[in-house]
Amino acid sequence: MGKDYKQIVILSGKGGTGKTTFSGAFASLINKKIVIDCDVDAANLHLILKPKIINRYDFSGGKKALIDNFNCQQCGLCESICRFDAIHNYEIDQLSCEGCGFCVRICPYNAIKFGSSQSGHLFECVLEDESKFYYAKLFPGEGNSGKLVSEIKRKALENISGEIKWVIVDGPPGIGCPVNASIAGADYVVIVTEPTVSGIHDLKRLLQLLNTFKIKAGVIINKNDLNKSISDQIYEYAEIHNIPVIGTIPYNTDFVKALINGANIVESNNKVREEISDILIGLEQEVNKTINY
Amino acid sequence: MIISIASGKGGTGKTTVAASLASIIPESVYLDCDVEEPNGHLLLKPEFNSEERVEKNLPEINRDKCTFCGKCLEVCEFNALINLGSEIILFEEMCHSCGACVHFCPSKIITEISKEIGIIRKGIADGNVLFVDGVLNIGEVSVPPLIKEVKKNIVESKLNIIDSPPGTSCSMLEAVRESDFCILVTESTPFGLNDLKLAVDVLKTIKVPFGVVINKYAKSFIQMEKYLFNNGIEVLLKIEFDRRFAEAYSEGILPLNKYPELKAGFIELHQKIMKKMEIEKIG
Repeated sequence: MGKDYKQIVILSGKGGTGKTTFSGAFASLINKKIVIDCDVDAANLHLILKPKIINRYDFSGGKKALIDNFNCQQCGLCESICRFDAIHNYEIDQLSCEGCGFCVRICPYNAIKFGSSQSGHLFECVLEDESKFYYAKLFPGEGNSGKLVSEIKRKALENISGEIKWVIVDGPPGIGCPVNASIAGADYVVIVTEPTVSGIHDLKRLLQLLNTFKIKAGVIINKNDLNKSISDQIYEYAEIHNIPVIGTIPYNTDFVKALINGANIVESNNKVREEISDILIGLEQEVNKTINY
Repeated sequence: MIISIASGKGGTGKTTVAASLASIIPESVYLDCDVEEPNGHLLLKPEFNSEERVEKNLPEINRDKCTFCGKCLEVCEFNALINLGSEIILFEEMCHSCGACVHFCPSKIITEISKEIGIIRKGIADGNVLFVDGVLNIGEVSVPPLIKEVKKNIVESKLNIIDSPPGTSCSMLEAVRESDFCILVTESTPFGLNDLKLAVDVLKTIKVPFGVVINKYAKSFIQMEKYLFNNGIEVLLKIEFDRRFAEAYSEGILPLNKYPELKAGFIELHQKIMKKMEIEKIG
C-alpha cells in the first residue's frame, strides 16, 4: 500500500534548540499538509499556529489498581509481588502504579479494583489555511506520554486525505519512549541542534538512535554563530556520518523578539522567511532522495 | 534535603541552574536525572571514579516446553507479547518487567533474564561535590527505572540537587517526587510560560513546594510576571538575557565562573530556599 505523503519529524535531543520554532515556520510555508504536535508533555506549537479547535477527544493512558478497603484482608501478598514499590500499608500509590494488574489478578480476596482513568485530551484543529492540526494535553501528574503520542498520530493519519503531501511532526526532546513513538512511520527526521557542548552531545545520541531505526536525517544548526568551533565540529561529525547539514540560522535577536511576542518567525521577519524557505528547498531535495531508498 | 530543578520546557537552563547551585554549595550532591540526555557532566566536569550497570528483567519463554495456551498474553497489560502459534514473541520496549507472565504461566516455563538499560557514573566535581548521573542506553525506553537507580545515591545528611528531565510526565515525576523543594526554571517567552503552568500543576498535584527562576529574562514579556503574581508564586531569581552567558555555556563553562556578578544571585537563591525550608518545617 503506497501513501502519497511524506512524514517529516522534527527532533533535537536537547530541549530548547528551536524544534517548535522551525515546525511552526515549516507549517506556515508548506501547503497540502497536516501538522501534529507530538511534544505532548509540553505542547507549544499551538501558541504559534493559533488553531481553531474543532474536536476534543478523551485519552486514557492506562489502568491503575486500587485496593477496596472493605474486602482487603491485609494479607500483604500484593505488596510482596509489586515490582514498582507502589503498595505500602495496603494502599496503592497512584503515581507509582504502572497498571500491570499483577496485584489485581493475584489478590485472593478480589479486593483490588482495576480501572482506566482519563488522563488527557487530544485536540483536532484547523489552521488559517484550513489544514488540519493536532495536539494534546496530559492532565497534571499523568504519565504514559509515549502512548498519547501514538494515539495522536493514529488519529491524525487515520482519515488523511489523498491530497496531503506533507505530514509535519513537532517532536519531543530526549531519546526515550515519546521520541520512539514520534518517529514511527517517519520518512525523514530534521534535527534542530545548536553549537553548544550539550547540543552536539545530545545530537550524537539522537543520531545513534535514528541509526538503529534506519531513518534518514538532516541537521539544522540554530544559533550557528554562537560558537564557531563547535559549529565546525557539528559539520565534521555530520560529514563523517553522511548526514547533510540542510541549513544554519545565526543567533538572532529578531528571532528572540518573535518568540517573546508568540509570533511565527517567518511572518515577522522577511530575511528569516527567505532563509527558512531556502532550508525547505534543501529539505525537500533530501526527502525526495529517500523515495527509492 | 533534596532540591530538584525542573522546567516543563526544555532548554530553559535547568542544568545551568542545577550545576551552578552545586558549584556554590560545598559538599553538595549533584544527581543528573535527565538520563536521556545527561549534560551536567559537560558543565561540572567531574572526575569519574566508578561506573555501574543498571539492568531490567525481561521474560524468557522456554520455546520447547511452551504450549501456546496464551495465558501470558492475557495477563500482560502492556501488550508486550504476541502469540504466533509456533512462537511467542516479546516486544522488549513494551515490557514493564512486572513479572505477571512469569508468575501466571501454568507450565512455569517463563524465566527472567536481565538486560542492561543504562549505566550510573559517579565522581567528584569541584573538589568536594559528589557527582552522579545516569546514562540511558541508546534505543532503551526504561527511563523511570534508571532515574530511580540514580536517586538511590541520595545522601540524606547532605544537600542533594536533582537535575530533572524536561517535560511533565513519568520521567519528570520520577525525578522530582519526594523533593523538599523544586526550582522551576522558565524563560521569558510564551512557550516558557505555557510549560511553566503545566509544571506548576504537576507540583501542586504531588504537593512539592516550589519557586521560580526566570532565565533569559526579558522585561517586555509582562505576561510572565502577571501569571506569577496572580498565582502567588515567588520569583527566586532572574537571570538577564545575555549573549555572553550563552557563549560561556556553549563552551561548557558555567556562566557564573566566567562572570562572577552572577554568583551573588545563586548564593541568594540558595539562602532563600534554605529559609523557605525552615519555615516549611515549622509550619
